[in-house]
Amino acid sequence: MALIEIKKLGKIYDGGENETLALSDIDLKIEKGDFVAVIGPSGSGKSTLLHILGFLDHYTFGQYLFEGREVSEYKPDEVAKLRSQKFGFVFQAFNLLPRTSVLENVKMPLVYSDVPEKEWNNLARQAIEAVGLTHRLDHQPSQLSGGEKQRVAIARALINNPEVIFADEPTGNLDSKSGKAVMDIIWQLNTKQKKTVILITHETYTAEHARRIIHLLDGKMKNDQLVAHRRGEGDFHK
Amino acid sequence: MKIKYSLKTAIKGLRTNRSRSLLTILGIVIGITAIMMVMSLGKGAQDLILNQIQSIGSKTIAVVPGRHPTGISDSLSTFTDSIKNKDVEDLQKKNNVPHLTRIMPIVFGPVVATKGNQIHQTTVFGVNNFFAEIYNIYPEDGRLFTDEEVSSKSAVAIIGSKVRDELFEPGELVIGQKIRVKNQSLRIIGVLPNKGQFSFISFDDALILPYTTAQQYIFGIKYFNRLVIETDSEANIAATVSDIETTLRNNHNITDPEKDDFFVETQAQAIAMVSTITNALTLFLAAVAAISLVVGGVGIMNIMLVSVTERTREIGLRKAVGATNRSILTQFLLESVMLTSIGGVIGITLGTGLSFVISLVLSKFVGLNWAFTFPLTAVFLGLGVSGAVGLIFGIYPARQAARKSPMEALRYE
Repeated sequence: MALIEIKKLGKIYDGGENETLALSDIDLKIEKGDFVAVIGPSGSGKSTLLHILGFLDHYTFGQYLFEGREVSEYKPDEVAKLRSQKFGFVFQAFNLLPRTSVLENVKMPLVYSDVPEKEWNNLARQAIEAVGLTHRLDHQPSQLSGGEKQRVAIARALINNPEVIFADEPTGNLDSKSGKAVMDIIWQLNTKQKKTVILITHETYTAEHARRIIHLLDGKMKNDQLVAHRRGEGDFHK
Repeated sequence: MKIKYSLKTAIKGLRTNRSRSLLTILGIVIGITAIMMVMSLGKGAQDLILNQIQSIGSKTIAVVPGRHPTGISDSLSTFTDSIKNKDVEDLQKKNNVPHLTRIMPIVFGPVVATKGNQIHQTTVFGVNNFFAEIYNIYPEDGRLFTDEEVSSKSAVAIIGSKVRDELFEPGELVIGQKIRVKNQSLRIIGVLPNKGQFSFISFDDALILPYTTAQQYIFGIKYFNRLVIETDSEANIAATVSDIETTLRNNHNITDPEKDDFFVETQAQAIAMVSTITNALTLFLAAVAAISLVVGGVGIMNIMLVSVTERTREIGLRKAVGATNRSILTQFLLESVMLTSIGGVIGITLGTGLSFVISLVLSKFVGLNWAFTFPLTAVFLGLGVSGAVGLIFGIYPARQAARKSPMEALRYE
């Protein structure tokens, strides 16, 4: 059973007068442990697809089976629980809580989990260490560089030990060096820790860290192929 | 969501914009302060009045001519002369009212007293010596009447301190001097100390005469304005009231209690009536103060809505990491309840403090026997009400927050 399976998926945005067909006719299967990059120009629907896959948005028609079960049958509280336990999100704009320390930011998902409170600090410290930011534990986001912020976001995404990492243009706001550092971490999560990674980007270099690239254009899937020369850890862009 | 963490998050949410939070709760603070003051001062006023009633003693009963007012038209009774000498004699008989120990008839009315060129408007109270014990006031100069003087309608008077100040020079000899009231010359036999207001009688500005004298020579009446009766014990009050009523009805040929031309008032009744009135007043004032709470609540709701909009991104993020709608609702509701509760605590502190200051001023400078009581029930009421305001006016913004879809929230600029 594939982890994620979507059949003829479509999404219409009802913007009042204008109805936008953001996605149509998407068929896709993602197995556990895969690393998929979704690439396409602005407006191609890649963000929409990612959000639907991550339960952050609803689809208008088609089917989405997660672990074999139809997603539209889940109740809102069940969906929240799934997000808490199985998903980790990394966003282009980092989305850290302002005026809150790194430690508190990383701890945040634990609040909505079943993990007892006394373990929170430990788990957070471990996650922060895993991304190499222990020296920034008490700092606030305003005191961090872009790359550091994204690494904090990754630590937060990892805190509940999720199965799937969803990354929405994770390197979009970063310079190439920080971007590479972030992609190295994500690559490790997939190869060493066997996490499923679904990532969207418009940078070919970033996309080539994946095992498989999907091209979207105008809401439709144009291409779905394996990456020939896959980038890995330490592979620096010339 | 875990309680301690939720509380910390809520506090943090409020501290983020401290001055805004403070301004927001201003309405609540004012409302709670006002309520606290109304309740504290209301209780102080009530206690003041009740103390005076109770100082007369719980074994006393008053008999007042006229029908017991059942309405506004009734209170201008036409039976003001219904209580006469025969009633007093009969009430004193043991087989009529066995538990009666003493009886004091009272007549009173405004008069003008003169001495030489000095004129002073004051009140005459015609009583017997019993008055000194009931009201606990004894002449600081001179003496009380003798029973002889009462029975022989002697033209003597005991004057209050204010009357003495108005009609005599400081240091002038008062005892033995004569004053004139309604063409009647009265010899002063005593002067009362300065005591302040007592129930419906102010002894400072009064002339105390034997009631016989007052009836015949001052007012020219044969009836009484009031009777004060003392029983041998509190336990016998109900029985005594009944005995009094029977005796008087007998004398006045009344068969139907509805047609009584007098009414009997016990201290308990007086207390109950005063309490009812003061309680109603206090409640009314508190309700008025509560209006400002409503206004404050609307302000809270407004600010919380703004806060929710400002934190749209944060809401989206929390949902993305697994927050349920309920936990978002709880988070924002907790913030508004905390906000109002803090306002409540400030209001309680301020209100209690101000009441204390006012009660100090009233006792020291105005001379009232005002006691400050720490209003424990009002404190709980204040806390409860402020919390409730936070809940009621916070629920709408909290629901708005909980309803935001994570994706729209994350896209929010």
